[in-house]
Amino acid sequence: MIGIAERGAFLRHRHRLSWAESVPWIAAVAAFFLFPSYETLGAQVLIMVLFALSLDLILGYAGIISLGHAAFFGIGAYTAGILSAQGWGEPISGLVLAAIVAGIAGFISGWAILRTTGLTLLMLTLCFAELLREIANEQEHYTGGDDGLRGIRMDPIFGVFEFDLFGETAYLYCLAVLFIMFVVARAIVHSPFGQSLTGIRENIRRMHAVGAPVHLKLVTIYAISAAMAGVAGALLAQTTEYVGLTVLSFIRSGDVLIVIILGGFGRLYGAFIGAPLYMVLQDQLAKQSPEYWLFGIGLVLVVVVMFAPRGVLGLLEDLGARFRRDSR
Amino acid sequence: MTAALSIGFDGLAYAMVLFLISVGMSVTMGLMGFANLAHGAFAMLGGYLAITLMREAGIPFVGAIVLAFVGVALISVVFERTLYRRFYAKGELDQVLFTIGLVFMSIAVCTLIWGPVNVVPIVPDFLKTQVDLGFREFPAYRTFLILVSLAIIVALWYGLERTKVGAQIRAAVNNRRMAQSIGIDVDRLFTITFALGSGLAGIGGALGVEVLGLTPFYALEWLVHFMIVVAVGGLGSIRGAFVAAVLIGVIDTAGKYFFPHAGAFFLFVITIVVLLWRPQGLFGRA
Repeated sequence: MIGIAERGAFLRHRHRLSWAESVPWIAAVAAFFLFPSYETLGAQVLIMVLFALSLDLILGYAGIISLGHAAFFGIGAYTAGILSAQGWGEPISGLVLAAIVAGIAGFISGWAILRTTGLTLLMLTLCFAELLREIANEQEHYTGGDDGLRGIRMDPIFGVFEFDLFGETAYLYCLAVLFIMFVVARAIVHSPFGQSLTGIRENIRRMHAVGAPVHLKLVTIYAISAAMAGVAGALLAQTTEYVGLTVLSFIRSGDVLIVIILGGFGRLYGAFIGAPLYMVLQDQLAKQSPEYWLFGIGLVLVVVVMFAPRGVLGLLEDLGARFRRDSR
Repeated sequence: MTAALSIGFDGLAYAMVLFLISVGMSVTMGLMGFANLAHGAFAMLGGYLAITLMREAGIPFVGAIVLAFVGVALISVVFERTLYRRFYAKGELDQVLFTIGLVFMSIAVCTLIWGPVNVVPIVPDFLKTQVDLGFREFPAYRTFLILVSLAIIVALWYGLERTKVGAQIRAAVNNRRMAQSIGIDVDRLFTITFALGSGLAGIGGALGVEVLGLTPFYALEWLVHFMIVVAVGGLGSIRGAFVAAVLIGVIDTAGKYFFPHAGAFFLFVITIVVLLWRPQGLFGRA
């Protein structure tokens, strides 16, 4: 048996910041100064990092496989977009509202579907996103339907920082929001609540047996994850001033799943490796030809699943472990 | 009345294609618990094979369909032996990602070979007419499609219910460990089932070009529909796949007929309702 004190020490140790954790943030700030012409792409990458981070919370920590996480991304994007198109251009309140609406949608849908498992759960997440896409397509009056939502005009952030043409403000805005969301996510996964989620992922029967309110915990993290995905969607709507139906598409749900698999799930920082890797590759390969991109990403998926199921971060960890062993 | 008849007829033709393609996916999922999201790629391959054989090699329609079955079945065995079997023991997530990877690659390969545009279906001359059923005329091709599919379904039912291999498959779906322990070679059985299911998908893809169209994105575009048939019908249940295919086919056709802008809406609502009510599907085992 582990004593209370030891357990506390274990949690504190896991929670402790390591120097390596500053690397992605330094890289993100450095990228701002080093690649000034890529800031628009950079903002998209940061949004993808946040979206993937939200998926990591449910996939990596609670073991929920979703093929429809774009549902919440899309809800956030349309909430922020419609709010602005209707004349309310203040960005921060748009983000907050997007998080609330997406979170509520996550809570309600999660309550209904998280009683199921396996293929059924997969199908329900997928169908929920597809259903929303049909609704968005049909409600042209609000969403612009197939043509997309136009007429989004954002006010300056805090009334000071205007969104510029080169995407500088957008990049820093996304980075700041991502940082805040990351701190929240990190606190969640290292909390007792986060630990109990891992317990559910590893052995759900046992968690039932010890009397943990499994369903409520799953629904809670699902709603939190949905809110975070909603913020990512809202950022996209605000920085590009456009929302298209693709925010709700199956492809987007697939993209974010691939990103987190590439980077490595269940470790928060996987999103920071997967998203730039995926999007820079996509940017470069799709320029050559879309077939190269599709073949490449398909092949990468197969290879990763076969030989590196824990993603790039997993590979790095293995390398690190070997290095330490050798030097001992 | 005319509308209802058209919807019923077109919905049935559509349902038959959905069934032929999805039934293999359902049985492999029931048998090995393998989530094969790339199953639609085999249907796509069947479509391209049949069209190419007819157009380039001048092989008659029926021959091309049969060759599509054989060709796809053989190719699927190669995939099963070399790649798929590495994933039987792995988790659902790995299976999903692996097969989505295959879907992406299939899109790229088919675009390079056959080009990105929609393929024009080839309908043989003897099926270009209308069939007069007394009260109404129906397009001969779709009538033929429905009849052939029904014949295949009867053959499938007979094979599963009345032959030894069929009994072994049913036993393995019900309880794989028990089947293994009484000496059934489940491994070999699975290869046979996989080939048969993929071959049927090949036929469905070949016959269904006129209904579903055919582009390199086929496997991705129709993936959701195939998965819905499997999930709503219940894993491993042929009867379930049939009922689900008819249900989905007719509802989707009716939805698109009456509400062209949001036709698939009803499809997803019905699926969600069915799965919340019966998570194991209509005919699945809890």
